Amino acid sequence: MKSPARICAAVLALAAFSATAAAPWNLDALMQTLAAAAGGRVAFVERKHITLLDAPLVSRGEMRFTPPARLERLTREPAAESMVLDGDHLQIRRDGRALDLQLRNHPEAAAFIDSIRGTLAGDRDALERNFALSLAGDRQDWRLDLLPRDAKLAELVLRIHITGSDGRISLIEILQADGDRSELRLTPIDDSE
Amino acid sequence: MTRRPLIVLLWLLLLALCVSATLRTRFTADLSAFLPRTPTEQQALLVDLLRDGVVSRLLMIGVEGADADTRAAVSREMAGNMRRDPRFASVNNGDGSHAEFERRWVFDNRYLLSPTVTPERFTADGLAAAIGHAIDLLTSSAGMLVKPLIAHDPTLETLSVLDAFDGGSGPRSADGVWASADDRRALLLATTRASGADTDGQQATIAALRTHFDEARRALGAGDVRLLVSGPGVFAVDARDTIRNEVKRLSLIGASLIIALLLLVYRSPTALLLGLAPVLTGALLGIVAVGLAFGEVHGVTLGFGITLIGEAIDYAIYFFIQGTSGARDDFWRTIRLGVVTSLCGFGAMLLSGFPGLAQLGLYSMAGLIGAVLTTRYVLPSLVPTGFRVRDVAPLGRRLVAPALAATRLRWPAAALALVALLFLWQQRDRLWHHELSALSPVPLAAQQLDAMLRADLGAPDNRYLLVATADSAESALQRAEALVPALEHLREAGLVAAYDSPARLLPSRRTQQGRQAALPDGAMLQTRLQQATAGLPLRPQRLQGFVDDVAAARAGPQLDRRTLEGSVVGLALDALLIPQGGRWRALLPLSAPNGGAAHDGDLDADAIARAIADANVPETVFIDLADESRQMYAGYLREAWGAALGGVAAILLVLLAALRSPRQVIALALPLAAAVTLITALVVLAGERLTLLHLVGMLLVGAVGSNYALFFVTARSANGLPRPETLASLLVANLTTLCGFGVLALSSVPVMHAIGVIVGPGAMFALCFSAMFAARPRDGSTTP
Repeated sequence: MKSPARICAAVLALAAFSATAAAPWNLDALMQTLAAAAGGRVAFVERKHITLLDAPLVSRGEMRFTPPARLERLTREPAAESMVLDGDHLQIRRDGRALDLQLRNHPEAAAFIDSIRGTLAGDRDALERNFALSLAGDRQDWRLDLLPRDAKLAELVLRIHITGSDGRISLIEILQADGDRSELRLTPIDDSE
Repeated sequence: MTRRPLIVLLWLLLLALCVSATLRTRFTADLSAFLPRTPTEQQALLVDLLRDGVVSRLLMIGVEGADADTRAAVSREMAGNMRRDPRFASVNNGDGSHAEFERRWVFDNRYLLSPTVTPERFTADGLAAAIGHAIDLLTSSAGMLVKPLIAHDPTLETLSVLDAFDGGSGPRSADGVWASADDRRALLLATTRASGADTDGQQATIAALRTHFDEARRALGAGDVRLLVSGPGVFAVDARDTIRNEVKRLSLIGASLIIALLLLVYRSPTALLLGLAPVLTGALLGIVAVGLAFGEVHGVTLGFGITLIGEAIDYAIYFFIQGTSGARDDFWRTIRLGVVTSLCGFGAMLLSGFPGLAQLGLYSMAGLIGAVLTTRYVLPSLVPTGFRVRDVAPLGRRLVAPALAATRLRWPAAALALVALLFLWQQRDRLWHHELSALSPVPLAAQQLDAMLRADLGAPDNRYLLVATADSAESALQRAEALVPALEHLREAGLVAAYDSPARLLPSRRTQQGRQAALPDGAMLQTRLQQATAGLPLRPQRLQGFVDDVAAARAGPQLDRRTLEGSVVGLALDALLIPQGGRWRALLPLSAPNGGAAHDGDLDADAIARAIADANVPETVFIDLADESRQMYAGYLREAWGAALGGVAAILLVLLAALRSPRQVIALALPLAAAVTLITALVVLAGERLTLLHLVGMLLVGAVGSNYALFFVTARSANGLPRPETLASLLVANLTTLCGFGVLALSSVPVMHAIGVIVGPGAMFALCFSAMFAARPRDGSTTP
């Protein structure tokens, strides 16, 4: 079934593609593409590999990003939890209790979260505040590497890999200095469903 | 005139004694004058907190100007210097040194501190549940907060403790140190070693703070940064300085005016010097009397000394102008009566439980007695032979015509007084200031700075407190612990947002023993861990750190007040667990829920008091400090009313006994009542709200005015006016009173201003009204 709206969206996407196809694929182009596609909902599956544990910890749910600064992560499994990051304020709610944090008081957590939010927003400045960026691949299959700039941050994070296609991010992988690793896989949710 | 050198010698000796005693008297400007002498349990606590509590030792500091980097650098530099300075008990600028220490301390002592350490928790099932929950949290977004803990603390006792802490988030940080929300100030919070009641210590500490700031500024070459400081200590020091400066400045102005006036009248420097002798004697005697009776003299009392210049000099004026003339006995009789009525007025204040008022009363009584006795017995011996002041009878005679003419204004004046009375009646609900702060000598700008820094820092105001008192620290802590179930209920019911307790930082020994006993021994813990982790992705071999830590905690020493001393935690504990006269008080501050059913930031005091009563913990009270201080002030006001009415009644009785004529007493009292009504109405009309000091002022108008009125009602002349010299002396005395008190009205110290603004003009009205109603212009023959 092709609704007029879908056709319209396809035409617009094609127009956008043809407009940018000629431009070289580089960090600026990626950021512009990400910024243009920013916003909306994605389903996520997160696997945390923790050396202390024998099996990865898996959680699933939905993430919503509202540019420029609001990121919601609603976990459904294994336990309901919501995390809302709005500007500098991070709130985690679970079991009917809320944990409120000011991001700037937790610089390590801030670096993690800013890497995700900055990528979703296509905000190069935000990303480069904490990381050195390098881009590989092409528009259809790109891979962005984030290396911590700051020694304190490097004690926690070895690097972050982000892969995607066009304005869509499919995987965010965080390698931690203690050998732990987490993978965050994102798949779009069809809003018309 | 008989000379009595012995009396002069004795007088000089007395003066010398007074001077030496005065030099040793302690002067204060702290809140003590406003705190009751015989407090209730709640009031005693309020007093302790205000005087010595940690709240009273708080300094809120802002660094303003330049850019954020410079401010942060100055903050770090001066905090470093302050931390090395023993005058500061603690310094926090948000650079993390506190939080880091506290987190570390909590982690190290988690098995003694955590409320979730129970025998059930350390069974196989309990461990399985707790570790399962920890793994859940690892999975969550908050996982990064949990992960560093899990190997040593898989049941997350550290979080249980930190949860219980819930001390608010503190100010935000910029460049690693605290900054205001609008990013215009770097912020620091310090506590002084000196207690809040130790104004000298506070002054030295604040001076040291300024030095540290200046040094930091110089070291960093930061020119355009400014230091903002507020807190109870700053208020106390500033108030003392303000009072001191104003007393100096206003005494100087008042004295200059009075001296100029007297020179104009006497045209004799000798008379002027002699006239100051009773004043000096009175002032010194007043200070010594107060110092002896109260142990210290409050600055405000001293400020009141200015007014005594205006009062005491009257006697010398009467003496020079009237006493050297013929009708000496009449004169002294009237003066004696005037002094007795004044003493009645001041004596009423002496009975007050409000030390500020009682000091004023005693000071005035001693001062008046000193002044009048000096005038009566010493002054005649000091007067050089053949000494006469300029004859003021011509001046007095010139006053007769206007005084007689003024009688035509009698009924308009009465109508005016009536209108004033109606106005006051109509305004009766808005007349009075109901806050203790009305008496605070702190200027508005300083109060605003304080509110700004307090909001920036989210500093505690500790308005609501539960207080558990006991004979030992241990049982006070046990009582604090016994309150927790009731407090949890209140929190769940939304009546209380959060609470704190000293037992959170230092559990009672009993509780610590219980927690140690709840921990299984090494072998048993290993076995239980095997069972507990069977269904979990965490193998027990990985938890050796946990097993070791539990074993160490089980056998280790308990937390103790002495081991905490001097640390950040110890300081926090000092604020909540307070030794007091051999007993111990545990303070549990409660914070009100925001946007609750009641007013924002207000607690449902009744519900809480009921819940606490039901908890049945001995010697525990719930206190709303704001309400308590309001009640205290209301109590003072009631007492001041009682004192004022009692004083008026005593004055009337004395007059009735002396004059033996109810008609004369009424003729004397009515003009004074009219004067008091009129000046009060004018002050209210000018937008001032009345405090108990205004009430004291009214009483003084009565006391001073009755002296004038006495001369009128005892006058035996046909026109109802006293003899011309007397009339002139009354005018001069009235002008000096106007100068003395009127100058006081200019003071920025509310206590001094209130008395000045009422008594200065009020005394003038009293004289005018007395003259108006006493004079008999046409019918001079119907003298009673």
